[in-house]
This record gives sequence, structure tokens and C-alpha cells, in this order.
Amino acid sequence: MTDHAISHGRRSALFAWLTSETPSSRMQARCVQWFLGWLGLARNPLAMLGLAIVVTLILAAIFAPLLAPHDPLAQDLGRRLLPPGTDGNLLGTDELGRDILSRLLYGARITLYVVALVVFTAPVAGLIVGTVAGYAGGWVDVVLMRMTDVFLAFPRLVLALAFVAALGPGIGNAVLAIALTSWPPYARIARAETLTIRNSDFIAAIRLQGASPLRIVIGHVMPLCVSSVIVRVTLDMAGIILTAAGLGFLGLGAQPPLPEWGAMISTGRLFILDQWWVAAMPGLAIFIVSLGFNLLGDGLRDALDPRSGR
Amino acid sequence: MSLTGSTSGGRRAWLSSRSGVLKGGRLLISLAVTLLGLLLITFLIGRVMPIDPVLAVVGERATKEVYDATRASMGLDDPLIVQFLNYIGEVLTGNFGNSLLTSRPVIDDIARVFPATLELASVATLFGVFIGIPAGVIAAVNAGRWPDHLVRLLGLFGYSMPVFWLGLMGLMIFYGKLDWVAGPGRLDIFFDDVVPQVTGVILIDSLLAGNTEVFANALSHIILPASVLGYYSLAYISRMTRSFMLEQLAQEYVTTARVKGLSEWMVIWRHALGNVMVPLITVIALSYANLLEGSVLTEIVFAWPGIGFYITNALLSADMNAVLGGTVMVGIVFVGLNLLSDLLYRVFDPRAR
Amino acid sequence: MTKFTSAFAAGMLAAVAMTSTAALAATPKDTLVIATSIDDIVSLDPAEAFEFSGGDLLQNTYDHLVEFDPKNLSAGYQPGLATSWTVSEDGKTFTLKMREGVKFQSGNPFTAADAEFTLRRAVLLQKTPSFILTQFGFNKDNVNETIKATDASTLVIVTDKKYAQSFVLNCLSATIGSIVDKKTALEHEKDGDFGYEWLKTNTAGTGAYSLKAWKPNESYVLEANESYWRAKPAMKRVFVRHISESASQRLLLEKGDIDVARNLSPEDIAAVSSNADIKVAEDLRGRIMYMALNQKKAPLNDPKVIEAFKWAVDYKGMTDTILKGQYTVHQAFLPLTYLGELKDKPYKLDIAKAKALLAEAGHASDLAVKINHRNDPQTMAIAQAIQGTLTQAGVKVELTAMTGKQSLGEYRAREHDIYLGAWGPDYPDPHTNADTFAHNPNNTDEAKLTGKLAWRNAWDIPQMSKATEAAVEEAETAKRAEMYRAIQAEHQKTSPFVMLFQKIEQTGVRKGVEGLVTGSAISSVYYWTVTK
Repeated sequence: MTDHAISHGRRSALFAWLTSETPSSRMQARCVQWFLGWLGLARNPLAMLGLAIVVTLILAAIFAPLLAPHDPLAQDLGRRLLPPGTDGNLLGTDELGRDILSRLLYGARITLYVVALVVFTAPVAGLIVGTVAGYAGGWVDVVLMRMTDVFLAFPRLVLALAFVAALGPGIGNAVLAIALTSWPPYARIARAETLTIRNSDFIAAIRLQGASPLRIVIGHVMPLCVSSVIVRVTLDMAGIILTAAGLGFLGLGAQPPLPEWGAMISTGRLFILDQWWVAAMPGLAIFIVSLGFNLLGDGLRDALDPRSGR
Repeated sequence: MSLTGSTSGGRRAWLSSRSGVLKGGRLLISLAVTLLGLLLITFLIGRVMPIDPVLAVVGERATKEVYDATRASMGLDDPLIVQFLNYIGEVLTGNFGNSLLTSRPVIDDIARVFPATLELASVATLFGVFIGIPAGVIAAVNAGRWPDHLVRLLGLFGYSMPVFWLGLMGLMIFYGKLDWVAGPGRLDIFFDDVVPQVTGVILIDSLLAGNTEVFANALSHIILPASVLGYYSLAYISRMTRSFMLEQLAQEYVTTARVKGLSEWMVIWRHALGNVMVPLITVIALSYANLLEGSVLTEIVFAWPGIGFYITNALLSADMNAVLGGTVMVGIVFVGLNLLSDLLYRVFDPRAR
Repeated sequence: MTKFTSAFAAGMLAAVAMTSTAALAATPKDTLVIATSIDDIVSLDPAEAFEFSGGDLLQNTYDHLVEFDPKNLSAGYQPGLATSWTVSEDGKTFTLKMREGVKFQSGNPFTAADAEFTLRRAVLLQKTPSFILTQFGFNKDNVNETIKATDASTLVIVTDKKYAQSFVLNCLSATIGSIVDKKTALEHEKDGDFGYEWLKTNTAGTGAYSLKAWKPNESYVLEANESYWRAKPAMKRVFVRHISESASQRLLLEKGDIDVARNLSPEDIAAVSSNADIKVAEDLRGRIMYMALNQKKAPLNDPKVIEAFKWAVDYKGMTDTILKGQYTVHQAFLPLTYLGELKDKPYKLDIAKAKALLAEAGHASDLAVKINHRNDPQTMAIAQAIQGTLTQAGVKVELTAMTGKQSLGEYRAREHDIYLGAWGPDYPDPHTNADTFAHNPNNTDEAKLTGKLAWRNAWDIPQMSKATEAAVEEAETAKRAEMYRAIQAEHQKTSPFVMLFQKIEQTGVRKGVEGLVTGSAISSVYYWTVTK
């Protein structure tokens, strides 16, 4: 700890505040907790590598129009299936003569879009269901958890597949299907946390002050569940990317000519023997990005979740 | 694709928050409700599909008369609730109707394709167990040193790789270029129907028939898809083994054993590992359930005629009976395996009692 | 534990070693092994089977009253199970003489009663292809009079009005005319279904092969009918394995595990062409690719917009690259080799012209359309290429890839903007395509003429419909051909159909395998002609 204190000498006041062992407000306490978590994370080179990958993905998505050497949709039937390293097409071209590198860069936007949408819907829904069930107890609990159980009774991909088939293929529906199938674990986690918090002294104290159940749940229970849910979300991001790519691979995700990575692998499959790069490149992109999220999530879990046996 | 497995973690937390062992009756009721919900969801999905099930039967060129007659004969003119009740009634008697794609009873189709998935998932699990457990032990023993990081990294690779892509690349390299293994499918064309079907699992049937040629061919077909699929359970199993082992190695009896002069080998592989076998078995049961999921994409890449392949094909052809039957079947097996893992955990783990 | 691990690893290595030596095995001399896509087979009942692969299977297990000579397909229909026929003065009564001495695979002798049973049950069962017969006026009330075996060797068919003789006989050569063994079918009858449930998964014909096993979506196996009346098939067994991937088919073919690969992509064809053990056979098939503009959706009904679309497609660019060798540019609705074929190709890619036409129509840059299409790789590539050139012409295009079954619902309900798809002729007579592309007697929604593409695209053509009706009644062949050419020329100019390509089937065949006939534009594959 002291090493850090010295190297961060200029910001020592803030640093002291952030590392205080006797926080003076709940806000400070939470900040301290997060900051310590960050310090733990920063010491983990693999997690930092993950973070770097994720940041790169975000930058690539934002600056795709500047970085991409070509229009990702521009076809040139005369220059199709060129190998990587060809002049002007660093990663080669696909079956319609489109530049694979440009498509990958624009594809990062789709991937990020899917992840962002799912991450802002499913965990929230799960959090609400879980905390309400846990706090209310009784039949509300039974009904909500039974529902959760039913959804958990399907392998996720099979259910997502069925949903997309019902809703029709497309990127929006793929997101919806993934969100619909990924909220139950969060509900479980949130409920388990709620059960331990519910009977704690401080909640009892708040209750005695006359706070409404809704207020207790939103104001006091939910915030305490957030950190374990966040860890789980980071760990799930790779899963979300892989599921989305799987749907794209089956032709149920983003529609052509959108450069969705899974769909790109699906077309590349036709040329796998002689033009392997058409399928290999987008697969590599998915792999690297998922790995980034996994490394980061793994590190986050170690840093934030003291119970994970490390 | 998430094998990180907190599905079960959450479930376990929930279960263990209740006091005592679940009572049998209550368990059965909750199981029945889950299955009913499962049927309801599949049924509803089937009904809102934009694919017209009648068209799926009659095809593009049918006239209006043919269309109407078929629609009525399929019972699609009844109200939804009647259709649902009819459906439950049929399912309870083991009747999922006929598949449109194969013109055969769905239950027969499932009986035909399920052993293929079972075979694939089993070999994949073997793969995960025989590599994952030693890897996890080595990682735990060398915690914080390079073997630990290596195992951890390999595990993360497993979680990050799109299974269909890994399969494609494997096929291209090991089948297409190197010719080390056999290609897609369960057997070479000629070996089809050579050995009599007993269990439906070719590796077993061929041994029962004493036909080593078929066995070798089947093995050569299954190695690649099973290792691709098994990579995921390998990652999961090695991770869990590592954390269980860390817990054990920190216990007093380990120190005592060492002090007593027992060899390190005995301490680690016999005593410590022996003590974590029980929780590991529940982990294996869980990873087995999760393989059902991974197997959908793997089966498609390897043209493996299992249940995932069957459901996906049926889905894309609006073969509703097959989709519903297949999904319900997968759901039941999934629930069953999860339940089994919970039970094993409760029965064997002293802390859960 | 580690002992287990090493044993397991050793076992795997052994298996790997075993298979790599077995990889060079060739298929047996008297067995034909084919890799193709057979997942479209839904039913094997001739009264119902309507898909490509089902047609292939039934072609080899059944015979028709009139059929083609696989060694000379261009000669047109020839005597099959009927040896001769006469047509009455008024052109309505067909009297067919049955072949003597032919036996079904069951051993039952073939007689006119079987032919009568086959055609009647097809009408009565009312399955999708039944229109091929009912268009002659047969229905459940009159089949007993209109289709009749007057004795064991004579079948009499009476149509409701006069049709071109070739039209009637061509329809009898379609899959629905596959003659079923009456006795066997009735042995398996359930609730008066004429054996339908049983025949969906079994065959009962006089053909060169009988079905030994069928695993849907996986494979089927045929066994030679040693007493086949035409010839003794050289191939005793035919294995057909479902493999949809071109790459997999190619590897199997290269390794000699299969004799024939029927779905190779242009890239894989190029790769196997250089292999001395493999030859590539080409056969012009009947399948036509087209793009149709729904006339209910303004401004897609503006003649200028329609014409603009015809100039905004890179026909040649596609057949030179993504479709190389597998499609030929064809811009009329009758397949080449059909009676009345039209070879003119007036359209080519001309972005400037398309732009000018769109501007004239007042839609220089505001046109946005949705194109629905099948989600198979080839159609998807075509759709994207068309999207590319349309975008250049200033049209904003959204593509929706759907499974066949999904896209059909919207198409039949006339709700699409534009549909890009394929059409294969139902029977080898020009009327099959004329009826669907150029015949729409009632354009109202209520008419529900869902089998006709002209109706599906709400193209109201009273004039052309009359011309099509006249052509099918014309008895004189040369004149009939001329009529179809005139209809097509008009169609080419004014129709909302952008006719694109005709299919060329490229088949990869191992050296030594001879005589495989894939059926050209008028028929399906023949296995009994194969030798090796």
C-alpha cells in the first residue's frame, strides 16, 4: 500500500481519502471499497491485458470510420477471396471482394451494441426480480422464483434459438432473445444477497424509521447487491458475445450485409479449405474480445469478491 | 455458452438457504411446476412463430383448398387453450406427434438422435475429466506459480473460443489438411448400419458386436468434436478442481500428513484429491448438463446427427412438433442433471446438511 | 489418475493412426455412393412428394406411364409403362395401352388397375402436387368416370376440354404420375388413406431400385431391382448421404470415400478440376432464379421503376464470379431446352440508365425497398451483389434472409416488397412456368391464387392470361412454341419479374464412374444407367 502512496504523492489527499480505514460517509465507504478493488485489479497483469483489449475494442468501434481502409460494404467482384497481406487488404477480402479488416472494425460496433444492450437490460431485470422476491418472501417469492426456475430449465442457447425463431431473425431480436434468457442467474444472485441483507440490523433500523418496502428495496437492498451482480455481468459478457455470434452463425442474428462476426464465419465456412482466412479472421476477433472480457472479469472477481477462493 | 456455472451456484445458494434437506413431495411438486412451465413456454414459442406450420406441410405451390383442408386436419383452428391442453394430454402419454420433416413420430426421432448426443457429450466429459482434474490439481499445488497461470489461461481460452469456429478450424486442419481424423458425421458411409443397434451409442454397439473396424472408425469420427466440446468442460472442471484443492491443501490434516512423512504424491493425489471427489462429482454432472447446450453448435459444424442438430433443423423448417418435443426433452434432461447434482451435493457434502 | 490419462491418450493416438491408413479406401465396384443435400425430402408418397431430392428418389424407385429416355432426354416423352396411346377426335379422350410382363418390386404384376389407382388416389388425396392432374378437370366426384381401367391393359383418361396432347402426356411423366402398386398400398391402408401413411416412408413401384433404408436428413439406401424391365442395374446398391457442405463433399470425393458430389461450390469445383481422379459433369437444369416486384407496393408498379431494376443487376458479373459455372444468364421464364424457349438477353448492368429511369419516375434517390430471400449461401451472395448495384443506382435496399418456409408466408400473402428466389418447373411442359409467371385470371386478394407467381406479385394481366390459356390448347407444336415466345417477349419487357439465371448443375464424379444422368431441365437423376 505504501508504495502506491508514494508514487501517487501528488494526489495524496485524494488517495488518503480513498484509502481511509475510517470512512466518514457511506459514499466514501463505497468509494474506498471500489478504489481498493481497482488497486487490486491494477496489480493483476492479465486483468490489465483484458482491460486493454476491451478498451481497444471500444476505441475500434468508435473510430471505425477513421481506421477502416475501405467501406465495409463496398463490393468488388473482381477482387474476391484475396489472401491476407494483399496490397490494400491487410486481412484479405471475402466472397464479394469486401475488405475483411474494415468489416471486422465495423463489426466491433455490432458486438459492442449487442453487449451493451444486453448488459443494460438483463441484469437490471434480474436485480429487480431477485430483490423483490427476496425481500417480499411468501407467495411473491415462490411465483417469481418458479418462473426463474422454468427459464433456467432450458439450455440458454436452445431457448434463445427458439425465441429468435419466434421473433424473426435480426440483430434486435437476437439481443432480446439473449436478454430474455440471461436474466435468471442475476435474479438468483440478487435474491440470495437480499436474503442475507434482509434480516440485518441496519435494514431493521430503517424499517423502524418507517421507510416503505419499495424504498428499502430500491434505496438500500439493491445497491448492496450491485457489486456481486457486476462481477457476474463481466464474467458473462464473453458468454453474451459468444451466444450472439452463435446466433449470427446460424443466420438468426444480424442480417447481411452487416459485418457481424458470427455471420462472417458462417459465410467463410464455404471457403474453409482454400480461403481459410475468410472464416479464421472473424473467429479470431471473437476469441480475442471474449478473452479480454474474461480476463477482466476474472480479475474483477478476485479484486471485488473476497469470497471467490483465491 | 456460459459454463462459469453460477446457474448452479445460485441455485445452490438458494437451496441451502432453506433449512434441511428438501422434502420429497415438495421436490416433486416443484419439478412438475417447472416442467409445466417448460411446456407452456415451448408451446407459446411454437404458436407465435412467423413460420406458417400449414405451409410447412403443404409447400409453396399448394392451392387454397389443399391449404385449408390441411389446416383443419392439424387442429390449428381450435382456440389456443384447447390446443395447449390437448398438447399436455398428448405429451403425458409420451406422444409428441409426428415430425413434418421426417414423417415419423417425434418420440421415435428423439430416441434415434439422443444417443448420438449422449455419446458425444459423454466422450467430451471424459476428456474434460481426465485432463481437467489433473490440470486443476497441478494448478492448486503450484498456486501462484507458472503452472497455475498456464492452467488458468488455458481455461480462459476455453471460455473465450466460439465453439463453432474452433470446430471449423479443427476440421480444416486435422481432417482437411493433415488427415489425422475422420470428417463430419458419426461414421463413414459404409459403416452405416453395419453393427446392430443395441444402445444407439456406436462406440458401445460396435464393441458389443465385436467389430473393431467400426469402433475405430467411430472413435476417429468422435475425437475431434468431443475434444472441441470437451474443452469447455475441461476449463470448468479444472477451475473447480483447483479451488476445491486449494481449500483442502490449507487444512490441518494435510500438514499433519506431511509431518508424519507421507510422500507428497500420496498427500496430494490420494488424500486431498480423495476428499474433493464428492463435490467434483456434482461439478461433473453440471458440466455434463451444460454440454447439452454447447452441443447444438458443435453438432451443426460436425453434421453430428444428435438432438441439437435435430432441433435446429426442425426450427428452421417450422417443424413444430419436433421443436417442442426436442426442446422439452432437452429441458427434462437438463433439469434432471441439475437436480442430480444438487442431490449429490446434499447427500455427500457435510456442510450442506 | 495420470495412468488413466496416458492410457486415454494412447488410445486416441492408436485410433488416429488406424484411420489415417484407412483413408484411401475406394468404394466397392457395384456400389454407388453419392453425397448431396436430401433434407428437403418430406414424403415419399408420389401423390405428395414435390421436392428436388424426393423427385430423385422416386425417379429411381417408380416408373411412369410415359417417361424419358435417360440416354436421350431431348427426344421428349417416350413410352414407359404405357406402350402406346391414342387420342380421340375431340382431343379429350386418351386411351393408353399398358406394358405386359412388368412386375412390381413386391412381385405383383403391373396392370391398368394400378395406373387407375395411382391417378385416382392422387386426385382424391388432394396433396400439394395434385393440381398437376386436377388442372385437367379431374375431381373427387368424377374420377371414377374420367380415369378408368377398361380392362387389364387399357387405361382411359377423359379431360374436361381439349389440351395440347404433349401437355397432358408431359404431366403424366411428372413425379405424381409414378405408378404405385395397388395391392401393396391397400395392404397398408389405414382409415381409407389409400396407403398414404405407409407410402410416406416406403416405396412400392416397378422402378430400378427399391428403398432399403431412409433416415431423414441423414441418408437413404437403394437396392437394385434385379428384374427391372428396362435393364439390370449395374450398381447393386446406391448410398445417398446427406452432406450439405460443399467443403465436406469435396474432401470425401478427393479421398475416394464417395463417387459423386452434387453440391460443390464454384471454388471447390475449381479445386477438384485439377485433380486427375475427378471429372466435373455439367448439366443444364430447369431451375430459374428471378426477382419479383410486388405490384401492390407503389412505386414498384411504375413501369419506369420496374425497368430500372432490370438494368441495375450485374448479370454477367455474377455468373463470372460468385456463380461461376453454376448459373447462366437467362432472361425469360421458360427454361432453355423447353418448347418455346427464348434466348434473347436484352438487359445488362447499366447503372446510368437505371438512374435515369428512376429519375424520370421521380425517385432519383428516395426509393427504399426490402428484398426477401432464402438464407442459403448462394442466394445470400446473389442478394448482396444485387444490393450492391442497386445501391449504386440510388436505391436503398434492406435484405431479409429467411428460411424457405418463413419467406413463403409473406410472399403468398402478397405482403413483400421484392422477393428474390428460384422456381423449378413442376412438369416438363412450357405451361408449368407460363401458368405461374404469365397467368393471373383474377387479381383480387380473395381469389387466393397462391400457386401463381403473377398473382403473388399482384400483376394484373387479363390480356396475357388469355394468351397463356390459348397456348396450352394449341395442338400444333410449332405454332404453340411461337405463342410462348411471343408471351415471353412481352413478359420480358413489361413484367415486374427480373429474370436472372438458369441453373447449371456441376457434379463432381470420380474417374471410372460413367453414365450418371442428372436429368437436365425436364427430369431427375437416374442411377440405373451408371456403370463403373
